Amino acid sequence: MNVARASTVTGAVAGRPIDVEAVRREFPVLAREVNGKPLCYLDNAASSQRPRQVIDAISSYYEHSHANVHRGVHRLSQEATDLFEGARETLRRFINARSTREIIFVRGTTEAVNLVAQSHARPCLQPGDEIVISWLEHHANIVPWQMVCEQTGAKLRVIPITRSGEVDFEAFLGLLNDRTRLLALAHVSNALGTVVPVEKFIREARRRGIPVLLDGAQAVPHMKVDVQALDCDFYCFSGHKMCGPTGIGVLYGRESLLKAMPPWQGGGDMILAVSFERTVYNELPYKFEAGTPHIAGAIGLARAVDYLEALGLDRIAAAEHELLEYATERLSGIPGLTIVGTAPEKAAVVSFTVERVHPHDLGTILDSEGVAIRTGHHCAMPVMEYFGVPATARASFAFYNTRAEVDRLVDALQVAREMLA
Amino acid sequence: MDLKDLYRDVIVDHNRNPRNFRPMPDADRHAEGFNPLCGDRLTLFVKLDGDRISDVSFQGSGCAISVASASLLTESVKGRTVPEAGQLFTRMHELLTRDDAQTDPAALGKLAALSGVREFPARVKCASLCWHTLDAALHREAEPVSTE
Repeated sequence: MNVARASTVTGAVAGRPIDVEAVRREFPVLAREVNGKPLCYLDNAASSQRPRQVIDAISSYYEHSHANVHRGVHRLSQEATDLFEGARETLRRFINARSTREIIFVRGTTEAVNLVAQSHARPCLQPGDEIVISWLEHHANIVPWQMVCEQTGAKLRVIPITRSGEVDFEAFLGLLNDRTRLLALAHVSNALGTVVPVEKFIREARRRGIPVLLDGAQAVPHMKVDVQALDCDFYCFSGHKMCGPTGIGVLYGRESLLKAMPPWQGGGDMILAVSFERTVYNELPYKFEAGTPHIAGAIGLARAVDYLEALGLDRIAAAEHELLEYATERLSGIPGLTIVGTAPEKAAVVSFTVERVHPHDLGTILDSEGVAIRTGHHCAMPVMEYFGVPATARASFAFYNTRAEVDRLVDALQVAREMLA
Repeated sequence: MDLKDLYRDVIVDHNRNPRNFRPMPDADRHAEGFNPLCGDRLTLFVKLDGDRISDVSFQGSGCAISVASASLLTESVKGRTVPEAGQLFTRMHELLTRDDAQTDPAALGKLAALSGVREFPARVKCASLCWHTLDAALHREAEPVSTE
């Protein structure tokens, strides 16, 4: 999915366009068939596929270098530790954090948000304090805040969205007050594809001393993210949406805030010394990484970062933006089809409904044509409620998708309309 | 997997023109069913004459399978006794979930049109939601029925 601004896309793009056929050969799963048809995978916002390089990095680690990290003095433990900490450095460079102390490996975006909710927000919230989120959020950026509100007596305030699926900036300004303790915002909406202009939200929050958390799950794979330029306090993302493994993700946190936070899980690796009288917690980032981490996951994720960077995030953005424009144009031509989410700046996500055909039926009929899309509420039930639909169908594109696959989506939708509409 | 086996003419017809699709203000029993996965939501209304289901209707929104299944349900249980409806539920459950179902499809009448759902595991809940909801209505469960 592309999140490039129009200027980057229409302007000069670094290097030549991506050779999509060559790229596709690097993703083994794209060669398979579904229901006798070549797989047409358009569910990248839910989870992307993995290139051979990532799969090989994980296999190679297990075949040659596996041992527990940060423990043994033997060779394998050293190698595993070097690979794991090397991965942390790759991730630091990828989002331009100041230090690897600010890169916490977690299971994914969900765990990152929960960590901040329980370890940063919970200790500092008083009854009547407020947390601000938006109507666009994925459940993972709603429920952890509801839980911490329940625990502390704080209140959740929700920034409304507009009919085009944009976060209402004026309404946001109106919500800020001297009880606002945190702003938690999606960088890119998973359900609609809206790219939220987070910079201006962060500026206003920071001016008032309010910490900002960004849910970057849908942004990181598709745009260059620089946490220092953004000036956010926390940034959360998942490996599996960016060609990396499942079960691994990153919480970036501003060091001064992380230092002040208590650990959120106790166990091995997060301590320096343990006695029954007193335990001394480890330094950052290990303080937040209790237990044996997902070593292979971190190694695979770092390899995915290398892969995306070698391809070029600008070129990825350009390719995906072209797919978005082509898909938007072709889908708009289908009678009875309504695109939900029409923000001027979007990732390559098209959410839509088709008159008289329920999204779930679309999902089944498209699957029979080998086309994989997501149908349902996309873990964003408030967004569905806002647009007055129980569910939508969602096609989400990655740089390895083609215009021919957009055509297959359109043809399959025509089959569904003929069958049910 | 043949799509035509799932979306048979009977199903398409009942989805386009659901039967007994209306509220029932004087219902003796009603229950709500919800499938959080796809957002299917329906309310089932039942009027009882002693032990006999004298009228049944539904409202709500959902996919073609869930709407058609609910529509077919209303046609097939109207006039039956509560235990008979329970037996039908058991047979439908078998038809939808078991490859070795003993149930003779002919005995189910139009409901047999739903046998194709078995080949689409992700859709079985769509077809069975209304039956679970009927079961709740007849046995007075206060909580909404969920497929999860």
